[in-house]
Amino acid sequence: MNDLLKLEHVETHIGQYHILQGVSFEVQKGKVTVLLGRNGAGKTTTLRTIMGLNPASKGIITFKDEPVQSLPTYTIAKKGIGYVPEDQGIFAGLTVEENMKVAIQTENEQTAERMEYILNLFPDLKKFWKKQGGNLSGGQKQMLSIARAYVNENELLLIDEPSKGLAPIVVEKVMESILQMKDQTTIVLVEQNFMMASTIGDCFYIIDDGRTVSHGTMQQLKEDEEMKRKYLGIA
Amino acid sequence: MDLFINLTLNGLATGMLIFLLAAGLTLIFGLMDVLNFAHGGLFAWGAYSGLWIYSETNSFFIGIIGAVITGFVLGILTEKWIIKPVYGNHVQQILITLGLMLVLSEMLKVIWGPNQMMASPPDYLKGSWELGGIIIIKYRVFIILVGLLIFAGVQYVLKKTKIGLVVRAGVMNKEMVQALGINIQKVFMYVFMMGAGMAALGGVLLGPYSGVIHAGMGMEFAILAFIVVVIGGMGNFKGSVLAAILVGLSGSFMAYYVPDLSLAVNMLLMAIVLIIRPQGLFGAKG
Repeated sequence: MNDLLKLEHVETHIGQYHILQGVSFEVQKGKVTVLLGRNGAGKTTTLRTIMGLNPASKGIITFKDEPVQSLPTYTIAKKGIGYVPEDQGIFAGLTVEENMKVAIQTENEQTAERMEYILNLFPDLKKFWKKQGGNLSGGQKQMLSIARAYVNENELLLIDEPSKGLAPIVVEKVMESILQMKDQTTIVLVEQNFMMASTIGDCFYIIDDGRTVSHGTMQQLKEDEEMKRKYLGIA
Repeated sequence: MDLFINLTLNGLATGMLIFLLAAGLTLIFGLMDVLNFAHGGLFAWGAYSGLWIYSETNSFFIGIIGAVITGFVLGILTEKWIIKPVYGNHVQQILITLGLMLVLSEMLKVIWGPNQMMASPPDYLKGSWELGGIIIIKYRVFIILVGLLIFAGVQYVLKKTKIGLVVRAGVMNKEMVQALGINIQKVFMYVFMMGAGMAALGGVLLGPYSGVIHAGMGMEFAILAFIVVVIGGMGNFKGSVLAAILVGLSGSFMAYYVPDLSLAVNMLLMAIVLIIRPQGLFGAKG
């Protein structure tokens, strides 16, 4: 089986609200799977549910053929899933170095190599190594958040809207770096910026009203004007 | 000059005792978002258990160790049985920890009786030094040194170790810490245990300082500790030590010059800070 992650009829309640009402998708190893959909469709909640931050109330989530939907967040993360949240989740009062140190689960040769790789990919982080996370620019915060998720030997990265609130030139830079990381790891990407999503993604799932309503290859979506108009509001 | 130095030393010693209580309180609030009104009870339990062990073994040092261990054990049990079920609910936290405070205080009376317990420093900490005509009481200097040592130790752990880094990160963003593969519940327990241990240490040190301890001492000091936490900034460790010194010094000088205002001055200080800087002197804007 080539599926690294699989969601089957996943439902999530947050308080009294029934946010996810049946999300199902499969993530193939080595691919970038993009979750698309309008604002409030449930994309961010889907990633949070995978991480156990908003636990699933129904359905099955399997990672490497093992059900993870009932596990606490830290165990899910330890199994090899890195998470880059929508708000980047930077520890504002810690330096870039300290943010990275908190993230490293085991210090060994592999993490040292990964650290070197990621710092070469994001030289700004090296430059501002001793600067507090809260004083970084939006783009630098995004880079730090991705670097933290990547530094451990995670087999899967969940990246939530990396282009949000960034200037076009910074978006390009972030996009280039994700494209480079694509060869090293499997990625689930939530992205509103269709240009970015279609450049990076291999396949897509559309979430609408808390349900997966369509999926296919990115090439198919690019050519399907009707679907883009109906679910993504792209004319 | 003699008076000024003695009032200052007195204020610093009191400040350090309040700091030992407030430091745990502020870390517990900052990391766990828990308002622990039972913290004073742990302080009183430290005093009673430590001084009882001291009287039984005739060793003040063993008494201190015993008090800290009592604090650790009570801290773990409190976190596991009382606090855990009410995470995220401040109203329930206030009610249940206030209830625990009463239970802890009454338990002291059940075990050690309702009367006050006398305490005096060990021989090597009794008496005073005379430096250039100024009398310096040994035990006060001892408390100040222990307080500074604990401050330096906790600062070292927070700044230089991985667990300290995780605690600081947890104060800023608990969710993200978990998403990075760290068991925050375990960290909560360590912090609660450390906070309780520090409170118990403060309690046992207070005994010989004031000469007498009683079951209601926890509540008295807890009020001062809460004032310190508010002035220093909730969740700010460095703020708690500076605010504790400020409260200790102002209390000491006011108790001498305007005794009627000695407690009111702390309330006044807190009110001024809340008006000018609601997040506390060293707290981040929320």
